[in-house]
Amino acid sequence: MARFTPDNVELALEIIDRYPVRKSALIPLLHLAQEQDGYVAEDAMAHIAELVGVTPAEVLGTASFYEMFKLHPVGRYVINICTNISCQLLGGEDLLHHAEQTLGVKAGSTTPDGLFTIEDVECIAACTEAPCLQVNYRYRHRITAEEFDQLIEDLRAGRLTDEVPAHGVLARVRQRLVPTSRAGAVAPDDGREPVWMAPPTVPEPAPEAPSGPSAGSV
Amino acid sequence: MADQVPQIITGRFGYEDSHTLARYEATGGYQALRTALAMRPEQVVEEVKTASLLGRGGAGFPAGVKWGFCPQAVWPRYLVVNGDESEPGTYKDRLLLEKDPHQLIEGVLLTSYAVGCGQAFLYVRGEMALAQERLAQALNDAYAAGYIGRNILGSDFSVDVVLHWGAGAYIVGEETALIESLEGNRGMPRLKPPFFPAAKGLYLQPTIVNNVETLSNIPWIVANGGAAFAELGAEASRGTRMFAVSGHVRNPGVFEVEFGVTTFRDVIYGEQYAGGIREGHTLKAFIPGGASAPWFFDEHLDLPLEKGAVDRAGSMLGSGAIVVMDDSTDAVKACHRVVRFFARESCGKCTPCREGTTWLEKILKRILDGYGRPSDLALLLDVADNISPGFAWPPKQTTICPLGPSAVSPIMTAVERFRVEFEDHIRRGMQAQAAQAPQQPVAVRSAEVRDAAHG
Ligand SMILES: Cc1cc2nc3c(=O)[nH]c(=O)nc-3n(C[C@H](O)[C@H](O)[C@H](O)COP(=O)(O)O)c2cc1C
Ligand code: SF4
Ligand code: FES
Repeated sequence: MARFTPDNVELALEIIDRYPVRKSALIPLLHLAQEQDGYVAEDAMAHIAELVGVTPAEVLGTASFYEMFKLHPVGRYVINICTNISCQLLGGEDLLHHAEQTLGVKAGSTTPDGLFTIEDVECIAACTEAPCLQVNYRYRHRITAEEFDQLIEDLRAGRLTDEVPAHGVLARVRQRLVPTSRAGAVAPDDGREPVWMAPPTVPEPAPEAPSGPSAGSV
Repeated sequence: MADQVPQIITGRFGYEDSHTLARYEATGGYQALRTALAMRPEQVVEEVKTASLLGRGGAGFPAGVKWGFCPQAVWPRYLVVNGDESEPGTYKDRLLLEKDPHQLIEGVLLTSYAVGCGQAFLYVRGEMALAQERLAQALNDAYAAGYIGRNILGSDFSVDVVLHWGAGAYIVGEETALIESLEGNRGMPRLKPPFFPAAKGLYLQPTIVNNVETLSNIPWIVANGGAAFAELGAEASRGTRMFAVSGHVRNPGVFEVEFGVTTFRDVIYGEQYAGGIREGHTLKAFIPGGASAPWFFDEHLDLPLEKGAVDRAGSMLGSGAIVVMDDSTDAVKACHRVVRFFARESCGKCTPCREGTTWLEKILKRILDGYGRPSDLALLLDVADNISPGFAWPPKQTTICPLGPSAVSPIMTAVERFRVEFEDHIRRGMQAQAAQAPQQPVAVRSAEVRDAAHG
């Protein structure tokens, strides 16, 4: 595992094409690799380096900075439990301990069956809904210990596969840029002034009063 | 009073289908774009200046003024939307992204038109899968309807809006780190000057970075005029603003309130807002603007949610995050948790931040665990003073970005107010240790002491 599949190479090229500079596609492509394999494999990073035109070390340098990129396999379900201040005040740490006991592993590790990884995470922007967690980045608000147990049972039984895809799959809707309607990436050395910014040419029928002297001075 | 305040940015939240193009168009959506296309770009900038819309991302800088900072005749310019929301306590940009993506997209288009941005990037926090899906769908729909892309609505205005997403790093919310990240690099802040984004931003070109909530206001401002926006609020703080009230309140929630005039007491105690402190408890402290903000107490409740007033009182409204702690809260524990956050999230570029936040966290942790020593409080304050000299407000800049000094905010206010609690923890810990001293393996403790000596 794993270079990109032919389908993913096509998608990768489409993503690269959106940016004025190829390297900007690096993080989206690392996500694509993680979507394909569940984690970011070494071969995938080498492949990304080829596609983007940087060295594998640069890809690793970027990948290793960001918490979401897993450089080793993790559970099918990554459960992020927030223990930051708003959640701590309302039992986030208790929830984390409950999760550790229920699953029999410590935060940061994966159950032996490869199903669950628990993480003790920072604020996930659901502070008024504390305590809260995410399963593969899908939210569960104001969750109790009982609801947590139910969630685990449902995930084990495969009852939530529609709602919670395997780890690595983030957005299931992708932006699609269509050649006929897109404006195109604007390269940093494209020195042209955008056409709509140019001062209005000569007297149009009835120019609005306030554009005044400054309009011509650019 | 509160009922008459228009819901400028959360008005569609009540609709089940608020995120769809159909609902957006049915409720006046994309009309402001038509209005703007009939105006000169600089007139749109003028409206936003008149509105005196302050940035909602944390620093509270006026958006219209920032837009004017791009050097003349240097092209292309880029727009980067900051949707990295991750300041502890902050919950509003995610709501705006999930519930009204078209409103933000229209704001992005208006801004690109006004400033002359050749391309726009929507940087959404990586962990927000639903927000990314909603935005992707909204962008696809808006392209298909001719609102984005080449020759928008038949005009000579053309721009692509590219959805980009992060991968988990708080520091990437800082605007120059955001740009680094968008360039495919590790998300480490750049030194300002020279790297003020408006002058040298993305690919070293002039770049406007604005927060999601900031730009979500633009359609209303263009549709209703900057003056109508500025009629709401007071002093520097105009229009409305979203505040998340979390923690020990009866009804935690996110509320859009009139900026500048509504008070902390209103949002924390008001029946239509958070409804007061939990049954049987009283207020101990509250964080007025996210984890980076110094704490406030009872005596600050009647301050208005107004930038200048809160700054002068020694804290900040930051990202609109009010975290309420009642009398059951252990101040040391809460303080440690916030400091641990900064220690974990430091990017490591500057020594005072990288080393200092780590030490602050360690000292607080051992105080909390019962291994604190009598000298620890002085040590804590000494390390803190090295990161934020004199505990000045706003902090003296010893680091490349404000993250380092932010870690000092909770400490300086909690220790000043709740010193006894810190001392109690230390004393109780020492007593407990003395009681069991013979059974304790000595080696462990001496390692702790050795570590501490290097602080
Ligand atoms: C450590 C740090 C984290 C930040 N995180 C965010 C963030 O998550 N979202 C945001 O909009 N601004 C954040 N900011 C503020 C940005 O640097 C920048 O001021 C803001 O995006 C500008 O937009 P505005 O003028 O519309 O507020 C952060 C700043 C710092 C120093
Ligand atoms: S202050 Fe901290 S987070 Fe900011 S640049 Fe320096 S080391 Fe990085
Ligand atoms: S503190 Fe837990 S979601 Fe913000």
